[in-house]
Amino acid sequence: MRFSRTSKALGVAAVLAMSLTACGGSTGGGNTGTAGGNTSKAITANGTEPQNPLLPANTNEVGGGRVMDLIFSGLVSYDAKGAIQNELAQSIETKDSQHYTIKLKSGETFSDGTPITAKNFVDAWNFGAAAKNAQLNSYFFESIKGYDKVSAEKSTLDKMEGLKVVDDTTFTVDLAQPESDFPLRLGYTAFYPLPESAYKDIKAFGENPVGDGPYKLAAGGWKHDTSITLIPNDKYNGPRKAKNGGVTFTLYSSPDAAYTDVQSDNLDVLDQVPPSGLQNFKTDFKGRFVNQPYAGNATMTIPSYLPEFKGEAGQMRRQAISMSINRQQIIDKIFYGNKKPAVDFTSPVLDGYDANLAGNDVLKYNPTKAKELWAAADKISPWPAGKVFTITSNIDGAGNKEYITAMANQIATTLGIKAQLNPIATFKQSRDLINSKKLTGASRAGWQADYPSLYNFLGPLYGTGAGSNDGDYSSAAFDAKLKEGLSAKTVEDGNKIFNQAQEILLKDLPVVPLWYQAVQGVWSNNVNTVEFGWNGVPLYYNITAK
Amino acid sequence: MSEKLTPETDLTKPVTPVSRQGKTSSRVIEHFVAPLEETPLAAIDNVDETAAPLSLWADAWRNLRRQPLFIISALLIVLVLVVAFVPHLFASVDPTSCTLNDSSEGARAGHPFGFTLQGCDVYSRMIYGTRASLLVGVLTTLGVLVVGGTMGALAGYYGGWIDTVLARLADIFFALPLILGAIVMMQLPAFRDNRSVWTVVITLVIFGWPQIARITRGAVIENRNADFVTASKALGLSRFNALVRHVIPNSLAPIIVVASISLGTFIVAEATLSFLGIGLPDTVMSWGNDIAAAQPQVRNNPGVLLWPAAALSVTVLSFIMLGDALRDALDPKARKR
Amino acid sequence: MVMFTLRRFLQLIPVFFGATLLVYFLVFATPGDPIAALSGGKPMAPAVEAALRAQYNLDQPFWIQYGLYLKNLVTLNLGQTFSGQDVSAVIGRAYPVTARLAIMALSIEAIFGVLFGVIAGLRKGKLFDGTVLVASLVVIAVPTFVLGFVLQLVVGVQLGWARPTVSGAAPWNELLLPAIVLGLVSLAYVIRLTRASISENMNADYVRTATAKGLSRTRVVVVHILRNSLIPVVTFLGADLGALMGGAIVTEGIFNVPGIGNLLYKAILKGESATVVAVVGILVIVFVVANLVVDLLYAWLDPRIRYV
Repeated sequence: MRFSRTSKALGVAAVLAMSLTACGGSTGGGNTGTAGGNTSKAITANGTEPQNPLLPANTNEVGGGRVMDLIFSGLVSYDAKGAIQNELAQSIETKDSQHYTIKLKSGETFSDGTPITAKNFVDAWNFGAAAKNAQLNSYFFESIKGYDKVSAEKSTLDKMEGLKVVDDTTFTVDLAQPESDFPLRLGYTAFYPLPESAYKDIKAFGENPVGDGPYKLAAGGWKHDTSITLIPNDKYNGPRKAKNGGVTFTLYSSPDAAYTDVQSDNLDVLDQVPPSGLQNFKTDFKGRFVNQPYAGNATMTIPSYLPEFKGEAGQMRRQAISMSINRQQIIDKIFYGNKKPAVDFTSPVLDGYDANLAGNDVLKYNPTKAKELWAAADKISPWPAGKVFTITSNIDGAGNKEYITAMANQIATTLGIKAQLNPIATFKQSRDLINSKKLTGASRAGWQADYPSLYNFLGPLYGTGAGSNDGDYSSAAFDAKLKEGLSAKTVEDGNKIFNQAQEILLKDLPVVPLWYQAVQGVWSNNVNTVEFGWNGVPLYYNITAK
Repeated sequence: MSEKLTPETDLTKPVTPVSRQGKTSSRVIEHFVAPLEETPLAAIDNVDETAAPLSLWADAWRNLRRQPLFIISALLIVLVLVVAFVPHLFASVDPTSCTLNDSSEGARAGHPFGFTLQGCDVYSRMIYGTRASLLVGVLTTLGVLVVGGTMGALAGYYGGWIDTVLARLADIFFALPLILGAIVMMQLPAFRDNRSVWTVVITLVIFGWPQIARITRGAVIENRNADFVTASKALGLSRFNALVRHVIPNSLAPIIVVASISLGTFIVAEATLSFLGIGLPDTVMSWGNDIAAAQPQVRNNPGVLLWPAAALSVTVLSFIMLGDALRDALDPKARKR
Repeated sequence: MVMFTLRRFLQLIPVFFGATLLVYFLVFATPGDPIAALSGGKPMAPAVEAALRAQYNLDQPFWIQYGLYLKNLVTLNLGQTFSGQDVSAVIGRAYPVTARLAIMALSIEAIFGVLFGVIAGLRKGKLFDGTVLVASLVVIAVPTFVLGFVLQLVVGVQLGWARPTVSGAAPWNELLLPAIVLGLVSLAYVIRLTRASISENMNADYVRTATAKGLSRTRVVVVHILRNSLIPVVTFLGADLGALMGGAIVTEGIFNVPGIGNLLYKAILKGESATVVAVVGILVIVFVVANLVVDLLYAWLDPRIRYV
């Protein structure tokens, strides 16, 4: 004990220097100096038990997503930086952002040897959208023409009129309205094709899927609650060719356990350092870690239905609360500096991100201004005497309680009101409170991108009546900007308009952006440098064993 | 029992051994007679038959107050009680004014134990946390003793269908997961909006009584057929009175042991509940809450965890010692001679 | 004795139904909407929501839900988890692991608890007694989530004596560390119970008789004192076996043991009645059987106790 403690203290200075180089190195390519890895040796990685059968349109969480993205490939995929690269698509063409013609590469097959045709895509998408199949990701198809009919309650229809097979390698997609970022979505799990054999017994298929990705499930590879073993798929010809002899996901119930396993080289890759390791991972894993932003953020929703937060006074109060939070201090003390304060509603890893939006001063710590705004709001309609500003959060996941308590303390100190965490035991209860609009204060929120696009951070969250608009925000001006951005000719043009939409949000603050999420990943001595992608997921196929 | 025996022989009359009868000694015997004592012997030895006999409990108390183990533990408990009821006499720093500026800072003047992650004073929180922790520990222990002890004693003593019903009821409650129960309990309208120490105590009692019930039942079964029970029944004591007066006092040892340890585990159980968001609200300070909150930092700042845990240890220690002393006092056989 | 045992098994029936009804109700009464949680905070199409609700009978009132559950139970169908797996398969995977862990923890408690308790009881107030008391205090005052974490770090990572977590097959040797952590708190109880019982019985008349007969001290302690001191210990261990079979949420989480504790905890958080009820149903059976064994042991330990 004593010995290890001294050695740790000595290591600190050296590691501080190293951490800088490691950070820089990890974003640029990551293959330098690691050539000559063993490509036939399998690696192990942290995983969690998939919450649903392994079906593209039913996988909506990271445990299943990690596996699906390796055993399937869609029309396109995302590279480390979130840029689109073609997988099965030969071309995706449109003239008006509403009518798309998609051509497939010919000669590609599923891992069982059956060829991949346009029909495989159209059938899989129809299956995912149809209400009768109750797939969790069905809303991803909502832009496609005819979705409203197949998704209506008790509908027995299972074909969307917007999807048409032209020939074996061509199909067309008609959207209900122009959406310029539609091609960006096509790399998401929900849009993968399914082989014809899947529909015979979809339940059995979900246990033992046959895909077209860089890996395939080994025979009996999914040992529930224990491990999932993937082996390379030699039929795969896309850009994500496996550079190792397979990936075995060891399924953990807590990242703390996984952390100790990487420390003792029993596990090769961990993509999520637990709160208890945040202070130490840079010393525990000298030169074997990354710490980089990914496409996700943390926010605090202040519902528009709260009487104290209505109208002009409400707007001032939201701004005052935002300015009374010292984001950098929370990041430094609670997260040990491993995040970056938010200056917009999206994420810096996305194309089109702008750190200098007009009005983002409201996201900077400014206690004087905060007090002024609060007092001004009190003049319009006084804050009820003794009212506590609560921040509701489920605390069955690790790491929420600490930062919310700190935030409540800061708000209370700056504004001179009472503020505290309202802990909820289960996620299902907190979701219920939010969905049924029964919150009596703010609530913890955040977003993790499904696909790399600014719109994904805006439309589903703040559009009037949108699925994840938990605070019931509604602004005609904002909705108009969203629509304009979607019908823009190119993604770049769209992004400019989306950023104008963000400036409206910065005034209204339907949610208070807090910080951008960052992935802290570590790896064992048995593998070479591990590269992490735009979404915080390691590029498993690129990892080589030593 | 002893008071019912009356002396049948007259002790004042000298008794000549049988073997010597019929013989006379020729020796001259010189007699030395001690001066008469001021108080007659009979005044001391004579049992006052009208006075109330010393009960088991009075007897225990007489023994107890002379035991150093008891005196030390009682002093410690009094100290903890005083801290619990007037914490402001022991700590001048407000335990709820926390600022991240002090986050995880070490000890400095006025803050002998340093600061928590949230920048609260560790010493002050330890002092102010005493009340809730002690209340949870003591009230829950009393609660399970009353509920579990009664159920267990009745089940073990009477056997038959009473045992069947009570013991199986205990089985059902034992099998229910505490967390599930707590989640539901905290949601009851009576508890939802005014969560307090009482909520936690009631929850822990409802899901904690079967253990004491089991132990009591076992100890009562062990003693219900003992000779002294048969004797007391033979002397006309009713079945129920025999249970209360003789079986239970003689079955207390294992109950005291389990109860005194449980006191500590209940305080820790509160920590687990609070950690899961179904215990005390954040505004109520408790050792358990602080221990739970300190867990992620145990590698880098173990002091934050150490101090509330130490306070908890001292409290549990004093109750275990008290239990030990009480047990010894109640068991005449184990008393040191 | 045979009748006694048979009656006990018959009692299982009402106990089983009572427990499942109660626990089904508790899960039903937990706040929140399991289906809303399935979406993970992302949007969900209303039709999908309705279909899922119907699939798990969540659109039905309580009595119908429970009735449907019982109906399936008759055909030995324990229902499905929200991830579409058969509950029987899930429990079938987790139970053997938890059973192994429970047996190991219980053995540790029984062997070391009685051993240390006897020594402490015989040498009351001596150094060994004091050391054991202080060690038990540490175990009681430091919650398992801290103790397990520290042991894992020191033994598993820094010293490298054992694998810090349990691998998929959960072999006996890897379960040793979690079993120790799991057994520690109960170990404190067993030590103190044994110690109290031993010191109480040391002065009993039969012990004096045995010593007077010239029996060796070991024989007096093991055959006479210990046997007469075991009833409270056996009672406690019997109850603890049930508690251990219910799985240890914290310990299983720390050491990544794929056992019942984790399963039950996640199921409770998700509101997955089928899993919770099945686990509790099995637990009740374990409890009743463990109790029966304990009661039979009473009669063996103390011949004055008889059952008809």
